[in-house]
Amino acid sequence: MSKLVSWQELPCGAIITDTKRVLENKTGAWRSFRPVWNKEKCINCLTCWIYCPDAAIILKDGKHQGINYEYCKGCGICAEVCPKKVQAITMVKEEK
Amino acid sequence: MMPSIKELSREPELFSSGHRACTGCGEVLAVRQVLLAAIKPVACVMPTGCLEIVSTIYPHTAWQVPMFHSAFENAAATISGMEAAYRVLKRKGKITEDINFIAFGGDGGTYDIGFQALSGAVERRHRFLYVCLDNEAYMNTGIQRSSATPLGAHTTTSPAGKVKPGKLEWRKDIVEIMIAHDIPYAAQATVWNWNDLANKVRKALSINGPSFINVLVPCPLGWGYHSSQTITLSKLAVETCFWPLYECENHKYRLNYVPKEKLPVTEWLKLQDRFRHLFRPENKSLLDAFQEEVDRRWEQLNKKVKCFD
Amino acid sequence: MIVAKTGNEAMAYAMKQCRPDVVAAYPITPSTEIVQIFSSFVADGLVDTEYVPVESEHSAMSACIGAAASGARAMTATASQGLALMHEMLFIAAGLRLPIVMCVASRSLSSPLNIHCDHSDSVASRDSGWIQIFCESSQEGYDSVIQAVKIAERAYLPVIVAIDGFILSHCMERLEILSDEEVSDFLGEFKPNYSLLDTKNPITVGPACLPDSYFEHKRAEAEGIRQAKGIIEEVIEEYRKRFHRYYPVIDEYQAEDAEVVVLAMGSTVGTAKIAVDELRAQGKKVGALKLRFFRPLFSEKLVASLRKFKVVGILDRAEAMNSYISPLATEIRAALYHQTEKPLIVSYVYGLGGREITQEDIKVVFEELIHIKETQKVKDEVSYIGVR
Repeated sequence: MSKLVSWQELPCGAIITDTKRVLENKTGAWRSFRPVWNKEKCINCLTCWIYCPDAAIILKDGKHQGINYEYCKGCGICAEVCPKKVQAITMVKEEK
Repeated sequence: MMPSIKELSREPELFSSGHRACTGCGEVLAVRQVLLAAIKPVACVMPTGCLEIVSTIYPHTAWQVPMFHSAFENAAATISGMEAAYRVLKRKGKITEDINFIAFGGDGGTYDIGFQALSGAVERRHRFLYVCLDNEAYMNTGIQRSSATPLGAHTTTSPAGKVKPGKLEWRKDIVEIMIAHDIPYAAQATVWNWNDLANKVRKALSINGPSFINVLVPCPLGWGYHSSQTITLSKLAVETCFWPLYECENHKYRLNYVPKEKLPVTEWLKLQDRFRHLFRPENKSLLDAFQEEVDRRWEQLNKKVKCFD
Repeated sequence: MIVAKTGNEAMAYAMKQCRPDVVAAYPITPSTEIVQIFSSFVADGLVDTEYVPVESEHSAMSACIGAAASGARAMTATASQGLALMHEMLFIAAGLRLPIVMCVASRSLSSPLNIHCDHSDSVASRDSGWIQIFCESSQEGYDSVIQAVKIAERAYLPVIVAIDGFILSHCMERLEILSDEEVSDFLGEFKPNYSLLDTKNPITVGPACLPDSYFEHKRAEAEGIRQAKGIIEEVIEEYRKRFHRYYPVIDEYQAEDAEVVVLAMGSTVGTAKIAVDELRAQGKKVGALKLRFFRPLFSEKLVASLRKFKVVGILDRAEAMNSYISPLATEIRAALYHQTEKPLIVSYVYGLGGREITQEDIKVVFEELIHIKETQKVKDEVSYIGVR
C-alpha cells in the first residue's frame, strides 16, 4: 500500500514521473500455483520468457536464471510452452 | 529483419512487472512483445480499457516509455496531436531524436467507439503504428459484445439464452477496412507467433505513414479457458485459419504463415466457454455457418494474395 | 496599426501572432472562418504551425490535448455543437493542466437547430475547469486571445475566449493590432509543465485514480483555477502597461453613483452602455457592468462591486432550465449570500438563438429595476426579454 498524500503534495495534472514504483505491486501474492524451474533440464530456448505476460522470467546474458516469484502470478503459460521434450517447468500447488 | 529471441532478450523490458493484468492475460503479453520489438525511442497512447486500468493505477505505471491516456474514443486523434507536435518541434530544433509513435487500443476502442478517430488519423497520414489488441469483446466493463466478437459467442450483452444462441452477427473485418484506407501497411498477428509479430512491428515502424496491426490476444476471463492456454488458443486460431497471419504492404497481400493442415474451427471453439452452447445439437447450423465463414474468408484471402502477386 | 477586421478575422490574426505549434480544428458555424483563415496563413507560410484538419471536434480537442501534453503550444476554435461534442475532452484538458487556448464564436445549442448567438455552449461547459473570457468587442477578442495564451501557460489551465457569434464574429470593426514582435515579446517561449516527448524521462499522463487519490487531484485542480485569479490580474496589468489597452475582470460603466445597474457578458454590454447613456441624459442613476471572466468567477470582486447598488439586473444569454433562476444570476446571488447589505438580484434571460436585444429592450429592463428599487418587490424570479 502506497503512502497516501495530501492534495498539496500531488504533481500538477496527476502525471506519474516515478515509473519504477510499479514494482511495489508484488503480484506474486496472487499465485495459487507455482512454476518450478529445473535448471538441469532447461535448454535456454527462452520460449517461456517471450510468452510471460508478467516479465517474470529472470534472464542474465540471455540465459534463464529462474522465476521471479515476487511478480509471477502462476498463470502456467511457461510450463505449457516449455517444449514437450524438455519439460523444465512444472506447476505445483502453492503452499500457504 | 526477423529479430531472433536472443536479440529480443537484450532489449529493455518497457512494460514492467507489477502491472495488474489478469493471470495469463494475452493483451499485456502483446504489449510486452511489441515493445521488445519496437524501434526505440517510442511514445505511446492508449484509450480507456483493460490495458489502462491494469497498467496505470495512480501512482503506479507499468510503462517505462512515455504513455498517454485521455479518453476511450480518441487514441488515434490523441496520437495525431502528439505526432503533429513532434513534427513541428523537431522542425524548430526543440527535439533532436527520432521518435516512433504507437497507439495500443482494444477492439472496443478500435473497431467501435474509436473507429472514427482512427479512420481520420489514417486518412491524414500521420506517422504512427496503431496496434489493436483484439480480445473480441469489451473485457474491461465485463465482457460485452463488440463488433469484433465472433458469431455465436456468448457475451454479457449477447448472452446465449433460450431463444438466442449468443451473438448473431459475424465480426467486422477491421484489417480490410484499414486496407481500404490505402494504408501503407496493415497486418494481422498473434502473441503465439512472436517472431511474426516482432517482424511486423519493425516493418510498420519503418514506414513513413500510418500502419496498423491487429493482434489476437486471448482473454482467459472473457473467453472462458484456463490461464495457461493463452498461447495454445492463439496458435489454434491461426491453425484453423480463423485468424490468418497476413499483411498488406503497399497494396500487396502476403500470407506470413500457412498451416500444414488446416484444422476444423471447432478445435479452437471447443476450448472456450463462450462457444460451449454452440456444441448443443440445436445449434449445429450455427457451428456450420461459423466454419463456412472461416473457409470463405480464408479462400478470399488466398485469392487476394494470388491476385496481387 | 489600425485595420478593419471581422471578429473571426481578428481571432485568427491573434492566433497567428501567438505562433501556436499545433492547431487542430473542425469547421462549425459561426467559428468556421477562424480556422479557415488560419489554415490559409499556414498554407502561405505566414506561421510555422502544424495544422491538423481533424474529422470531428472531439478529435480536435483530443489532438490539442495530445499536442499540449507533448510540449506544444496548441490552439483551436469552435462553437455550439462542436463545443458540446468536445465536452468530455474539456474536463480532461483541464484535469491534465494543459494550457490550450480555444476561440469560441458563441452559438446556441440544439434542439431546435439554430446557428445564432447565445451563451448556452460555454455556459454548459462552466464546470469543466476552463477559464472563460467573454468579450464585448472584436478588439477585446483579439487582445484576449493574446492574454489568454499567457494566462494559460502561466496557470497551466486551458482558456476559452468567446466572442458573440455573428454579432461579433461576422461584423467588421476598427481594430488596433500589435506587431508580431510585440506579441512574441509579451508571450515569450512556451515552457511546458511536462512533455511526453521527453523519452529519456518517460512519464505516464492520464492514469486511473481510485477513490484513494481522485478527490485530492480534483481538489488540487480547483486550487489551480482559484490561483489563476492572481495570474489573470497580473497579465491584464502587464498588457495595459505594454500596450495601453485595459480590460478589467469586472468593468464598471457609469456605476459610481448608480443605484440600479445591469450586468452582462459579451457584446450586449455595449448595447447596455448606450441605454445607460440615454437614461443618464434623463437624469437617471443607472450603470452597466461587464463581467469578463465567467470562470474563474471573481466572486470577491463581484461582491465588492455589487454591494454598493440597490438593484442589479443580471442579463443572461443562457437558460438554466428551471434551476431557480438563470445561470449567471444564480452564481451571483450565491456570491452575495453572506453579505448583510446586498442589492436585489433580478434574473433576465435574453437573446436565445440570436434574438436581437436593443437599447430599447434594456431601457425597459432599467425601468423595471427602478420600479423594483422603489417598491422593493421582485414580481418574477426570471423574466424573458422579448419573448412573445
